[in-house]
Amino acid sequence: MTKSIPELVFQNASVVHPTGIVVADVAISKGIIVGVGTGLTGARLIDATGLHLSSGFVDLHTHLREPGKEEAETIQTGSRAAALGGYTAVIAMPNTDPSQDCVAVVRFVQEKAKEVGLCEVVPSACITVGRRGEQLVPFAALHEAGVRIFTDDGNGVQDPLIMRRALEYSRDLDIVLAQHCEVARLTQGAVMHEGECCSSLGVPGWPAIAEELMLHRDIELVRLTGAPMHFLHLSTAGSVELVRRAKADGLPVTAEVTPHHLALTDELLGGFDTVFKVNPPLRTWADIQALKDGVADGTIDAIATDHAPHAAPAKDVPIDVAPPGMLGLETALGVANTALDVSEVRLVELLSWNPARIAGIQDRHGRPIAVGEVANIAVWSSTKTWDVSRDALASKSKNTPYHGMTIRGKVKYTVFNGELVVNDERAVR
Amino acid sequence: MKHLLSAQDLTQNDIIALLDMADHMAEINTRPVPKVPALRGKTVVSVFFEDSTRTRLSFETAAKRLSADTMTFSASTSSLNKGESLRDTIETLSAMRVDAFVVRHKSSGVPLQITEWTDASVINAGDGWHQHPTQALTDAFTITRSFGTPHTLEGRTIAIVGDVLHSRVARSNIAVLTKLGAKVVLVGPSTLIPIQAQQWPVEILHSLDEVVAEVDVVYMLRMQRERMETAFVPSLGEYTARFGLTPDRVSRMLAHALVMHPGPMNRGIDMVVDPAQVSGSRILQQVTNGIPVRMAVLFTLLGSGGSTALATGADL
Amino acid sequence: MSSAGSLGGAVVLTSQDISRAITRIAHEILERNRGVDDVVLVGMQRGGVWIADAIKAALERVEPGVSVGAGSIDVSMYRDDIGIRPIVPAAATDITVDLSGRTVVLVDDVLYTGRTVRAALEALNDYGRPRAVQLAVLVDRGHRELPIRPDYVGKNIPTHFDDEVAVDESGVVITLAKHTKENAS
Repeated sequence: MTKSIPELVFQNASVVHPTGIVVADVAISKGIIVGVGTGLTGARLIDATGLHLSSGFVDLHTHLREPGKEEAETIQTGSRAAALGGYTAVIAMPNTDPSQDCVAVVRFVQEKAKEVGLCEVVPSACITVGRRGEQLVPFAALHEAGVRIFTDDGNGVQDPLIMRRALEYSRDLDIVLAQHCEVARLTQGAVMHEGECCSSLGVPGWPAIAEELMLHRDIELVRLTGAPMHFLHLSTAGSVELVRRAKADGLPVTAEVTPHHLALTDELLGGFDTVFKVNPPLRTWADIQALKDGVADGTIDAIATDHAPHAAPAKDVPIDVAPPGMLGLETALGVANTALDVSEVRLVELLSWNPARIAGIQDRHGRPIAVGEVANIAVWSSTKTWDVSRDALASKSKNTPYHGMTIRGKVKYTVFNGELVVNDERAVR
Repeated sequence: MKHLLSAQDLTQNDIIALLDMADHMAEINTRPVPKVPALRGKTVVSVFFEDSTRTRLSFETAAKRLSADTMTFSASTSSLNKGESLRDTIETLSAMRVDAFVVRHKSSGVPLQITEWTDASVINAGDGWHQHPTQALTDAFTITRSFGTPHTLEGRTIAIVGDVLHSRVARSNIAVLTKLGAKVVLVGPSTLIPIQAQQWPVEILHSLDEVVAEVDVVYMLRMQRERMETAFVPSLGEYTARFGLTPDRVSRMLAHALVMHPGPMNRGIDMVVDPAQVSGSRILQQVTNGIPVRMAVLFTLLGSGGSTALATGADL
Repeated sequence: MSSAGSLGGAVVLTSQDISRAITRIAHEILERNRGVDDVVLVGMQRGGVWIADAIKAALERVEPGVSVGAGSIDVSMYRDDIGIRPIVPAAATDITVDLSGRTVVLVDDVLYTGRTVRAALEALNDYGRPRAVQLAVLVDRGHRELPIRPDYVGKNIPTHFDDEVAVDESGVVITLAKHTKENAS
């Protein structure tokens, strides 16, 4: 047997394992990790001294906008943004137009993403047809098409009967329902977090209770049905406490938090800049602290971006009619790393291992850095600071809330299925 | 000062200077020819995305009395529900060499957003529930001149009564009146007091009867009929019983106390008395005073020329 | 304008000089208008107002029993440099008499470019149509930029255009501009 020379070797990288960080060389060939050790050589050598090398990141919450809103983002531009953010897989949210509520639309997204080939795009599907909260989607057929996460994200499933049935029905299949917790009746016209700031600005508020009421209801439905459930973008101190108790009770629930809910507060809306309008809204420092505590003690399982591009004309409107949402893929590592005081190992757990498991794609993402594994890898600096500029981002839209801010942590290289798709902070296509 | 967007941006000195200048403007309004050439060649555009004839006329009269050219852009609310055209509208009007926009919009924050899209001065003529700074300045002018203390409201207590939650007038007045030293008491049902208003420099009460006999000014807010539909109050009748200004409550007011209302009144709901029968009523005076106060604002923004002087190095 | 009493300037008129000048101006007004029945003194805010008051007092002293109409005018809204430099209106205009058919004597402290007087002439139009408008100033320092000349002058004082002239009841003080001093030395 002839031992061929590896195609690509990262030398002297700080390799992130669940057990700790080990400095090593990592060799890749034909899409597979072929060597982890010292003194490795290959056709192409990249000096990774001082950089962390981990499994590629997995985003549980990406809005790619295609089909339907290609002026805001496409699968191609969104994939590029994801790769630049160190992501080798993103879960595409189903609130496209048409919605990802049938196999045809899900297939379209999968195939388009394969053509682009910068990361894996894993479509999620709606819980109810058209996200209208009335009729369940064909869970089994969609499961067969590869869908593992079902969500009406953008809307919460309001009707408790529908949610109960969905949980009961999903229990028979290997899928997870993901809830956007928002009692719509309590957030009508809401622009921002309900608090002093919203009172001063004279806009309708989005009260914490609207999230917590639905979260509480659904935790109890999980207790009743035994079906697993994932909670999207939790934003309040009360929500963290509810999930903490549910987990203590042994319920099969998981939870994510976004980088922006860890870093930004409602006071940023003071200038009525629509870029800071997001759903759920930016909250207070007390909420941020509680979310960080939840991240630290394991109540929160994952950091998910809720990357939500909007084209400029959509945001150049009064704040009450502006669509909520902000970019997140390219800044997630930096913002999370800047906001959180956690180890690199915990960071990778939040950005890669746990989300891969929740998304049901742990057979190919969030894998150990070991010989024989699929080469889905991110190489990044946890110390490099950089100034975010909306004009320098790969996303088709410019609605980043971090424009002009300095964050710490940047992805240098991304390897997807063995291909170097991001080289020295630049996407190869 | 380039823009007037929020009463919260004004310092005590700004407020005093504007009110003093309004005295000056009030004198102009008493002349046989109530017009001065101060803003000749300046163009003021009223951009009213929400209809308000009285505020628009007040601003346009003020601009004309300073010899500014005025234009009006009014848009039906229906075509703006989607809001797409806001930026285009402003950029198009700006291209006509406008010196100031007077902006009214049903959405909070629009005047502030507009400053990003134009070099002209922007004056907030009322945005959503947010701010209506010229109304608050007018009210402060009316109150200080009524009490003969042009620069202070120290020792005065002003009750702002009713639907504070949806009131830009209340938010602006709280800022201006407290900066002049007044004590402000918000009076209304908890459903109509903004969340966490306790953090504001005000006192909050839920009974008009508790304060009506003690305050120097009873400032009534407009109560809209549709508030019933979203359960803010059980019925307008109950609202009026608790918070309406009735003849009985007027009879218990201090002798010198004033009654004010930003208009339009909702007769029989917020105002049960006929203001013409109330000696302390300053409701028409508020309308009259709107013109000199708005003249003072326009002149301060367009005529004081502070920044231009630096740019041209003029030394005369 | 700095106070006339401040240090560092040359006193060109003392308070006695000022009161003599005012008395003389009062006599000239009487002579020229053959009495003061139709005369209204209008002081320009702010520096001209106390001089108008002093002239009124002098007139009433010279002609016992007469009462001279007086008022004040603020011209800030009529200036031609609005928007070029900061303008803060002085005290409000106070003219309660109808000026139509009367002889208005505009009174100011210092006559310089003439632009303030031009503004005052425009402002007076809004109060009626005087039969005639005359101009009285305590100091004429030259440098006119408009075809305006005074009818009554307390004292002509040649100055450099950027010297500072300060006037109040205690006297008139000229502070030379820096380069004027250098040229003089």
